[in-house]
Amino acid sequence: MAIILSNEYVATDIYHMKVAYTGNVAPGQFFMVRTWLKEPLLSRPLSVFNYNEDVIEFLYQKVGEGTRLLKNAKAGERIELQGPYGQGFPITRSNYVAVGGGIGIAPLYFACKRIKDKYPRKHLTVYLGFSDQPYMVEAFEKIADDVHVDVGGRITDLVQVSKDDVVITCGPEIMMAALCRQIPEENTVYVSLEEHMACGVGACLGCSREGAQGKNVRICKDGPVFNREVIYR
Amino acid sequence: MSNPLATTFAGIPFKNPVTTASGTFGFGDEYANFYDLTELGGLCTKGLTLEPRLGNKGQRLYETPSGLINSIGLENPGIDHFVERIWPHLKTLPSVTIANVSGSDENSYLEALRRLNAIDVPLIELNISCPNVKAGGMAYGTSPDSAANLTAKAVAVSRHPIMVKLTPNVSDIVSIAKACEEAGAVGLSLINTIQAMAVDVHQKKIVFDNIYAGLSGPAVFPIALRMVHQVCKAVDIPVMGVGGIATWEDALAMMMVGATCIQVGVMNFIDPYRPIKIIEGLKNYCEEEGLKSIEEIRGILL
Ligand SMILES: Cc1cc2nc3c(=O)[nH]c(=O)nc-3n(C[C@H](O)[C@H](O)[C@H](O)COP(=O)(O)OP(=O)(O)OC[C@H]3O[C@@H](n4cnc5c(N)ncnc54)[C@H](O)[C@@H]3O)c2cc1C
Ligand SMILES: Cc1cc2nc3c(=O)[nH]c(=O)nc-3n(C[C@H](O)[C@H](O)[C@H](O)COP(=O)(O)O)c2cc1C
Ligand code: FES
Repeated sequence: MAIILSNEYVATDIYHMKVAYTGNVAPGQFFMVRTWLKEPLLSRPLSVFNYNEDVIEFLYQKVGEGTRLLKNAKAGERIELQGPYGQGFPITRSNYVAVGGGIGIAPLYFACKRIKDKYPRKHLTVYLGFSDQPYMVEAFEKIADDVHVDVGGRITDLVQVSKDDVVITCGPEIMMAALCRQIPEENTVYVSLEEHMACGVGACLGCSREGAQGKNVRICKDGPVFNREVIYR
Repeated sequence: MSNPLATTFAGIPFKNPVTTASGTFGFGDEYANFYDLTELGGLCTKGLTLEPRLGNKGQRLYETPSGLINSIGLENPGIDHFVERIWPHLKTLPSVTIANVSGSDENSYLEALRRLNAIDVPLIELNISCPNVKAGGMAYGTSPDSAANLTAKAVAVSRHPIMVKLTPNVSDIVSIAKACEEAGAVGLSLINTIQAMAVDVHQKKIVFDNIYAGLSGPAVFPIALRMVHQVCKAVDIPVMGVGGIATWEDALAMMMVGATCIQVGVMNFIDPYRPIKIIEGLKNYCEEEGLKSIEEIRGILL
């Protein structure tokens, strides 16, 4: 059990929650969370939006009952956090390009922060695509070298990568698949995938899907972050 | 003081009656990060088939009030991988490992069982009740004749004791339970998931590629309890109660209506420690009620 420190409105249906938590957390990992006792039955996976000094942050979109209950939770109330689970974004001494679509920007922020903390002189370009209203753009502008934003169009049309750039992306799967098609094979691309989850730890096989090599991957345990070669042919 | 939770199931000693249900616990590894698996009475492996299976395509999970519909489709690494790679680790556990076996036809069931003869697995759970595969699976579990036929052949082929896992998707579970008993099953486990369906009205489509899938979780507990009661009244072999068990009280209710052991399924997903909490709850209950053995309450409501 952890205690909610704040839970604030960011934009229409988008909320930002801070929770007191201490532990080792890597960018791209997620927690199974719940603020309720019995209903809905399953906990909900949420990526880590940020972590530092004993505070973990989530950025989430209200889409159904679970996220509605989350948004109604107040500072001082309890939240159950299971995790952190899964494999995050590998962070190496490289220039990075981050491409986020909608609420998919959530795990990218923490990744971008870690990249800049570790390798401040490496170049970081961020592309953020939103269907209507942009949010959290300023937060990215504080840490990245360049931030490009698109509203209502196709963010992938703006994306440019140089040789040796490492690309990290999270968003609607059509966006990530399109991005992978347009980025040269030489570049390393890490995609963060989503699937309905029950256990979050690799036991139920509910989030399992076929990967590029004819073998199945579990999004929760083998991912959610994958090298694109593992997912797309 | 001696352990009040110790019990035997078909002659096999269990340190406590709490086991984890097939398909909800992988091969144990994932939950070994949370607690020492030796605390469990036993664990049932993911459903094993002769050949590896990738499982079903499309969405595999759908949540309902207090329930979960799954359409995993028996994704598993195959029996040989289990024997060679997974068993060497599992066999070191003092808890009882129960190998759950499925097939698409009689031959694939029997060949899988033959290959398990190479290892010393203490108990086999013959899954004739999976609603999520097109061939085999539940088909064997829906008539007394086909259930008895497959059970008898399995008993003949396997050098291990066979427990048959029953499907609730039948009109008369008692006749099937009796048929399995007569065919040589040493025990029964019930229930597997209840056949179910979900529709996405916004997209005007059926959620699962396989159309029908299996419902379990707390929503099905009363149905499972009723069926365990009916079966325990009718057979002499021991029964493992499965289906929606969420608390130690649920586990106790299953035992009061005759179950010897219980299996925890979906609740592992919500709380990885739940089987341990159920064990603790049962232990406290025995202390408070002054029971020397949990077996004293078994079947008191039959
Ligand atoms: C690893 C991972 C990390 C995530 N991180 C974040 C995050 O940081 N912020 C955030 O806002 N959301 C995140 N999500 C998505 C979030 O978990 C879901 O939006 C949430 O579970 C919905 O719950 P609900 O009860 O509000 O909606 P529900 O009523 O359960 O669902 C509403 C709609 O969303 C669909 N849906 C629900 N869950 C998923 C899923 N996992 N994949 C695809 N479709 C789904 C449902 O089918 C339904 O159409 C993440 C998901 C995963 C798998
Ligand atoms: C995700 C999932 C996978 C399952 N896989 C199997 C399986 O491989 N073999 C089997 O016999 N039962 C399988 N089951 C059924 C469970 O073992 C159990 O019988 C059922 O879920 C009822 O118990 P519960 O309500 O406690 O989950 C599965 C259930 C779930 C939820
Ligand atoms: S959510 Fe259970 S295996 Fe991934």
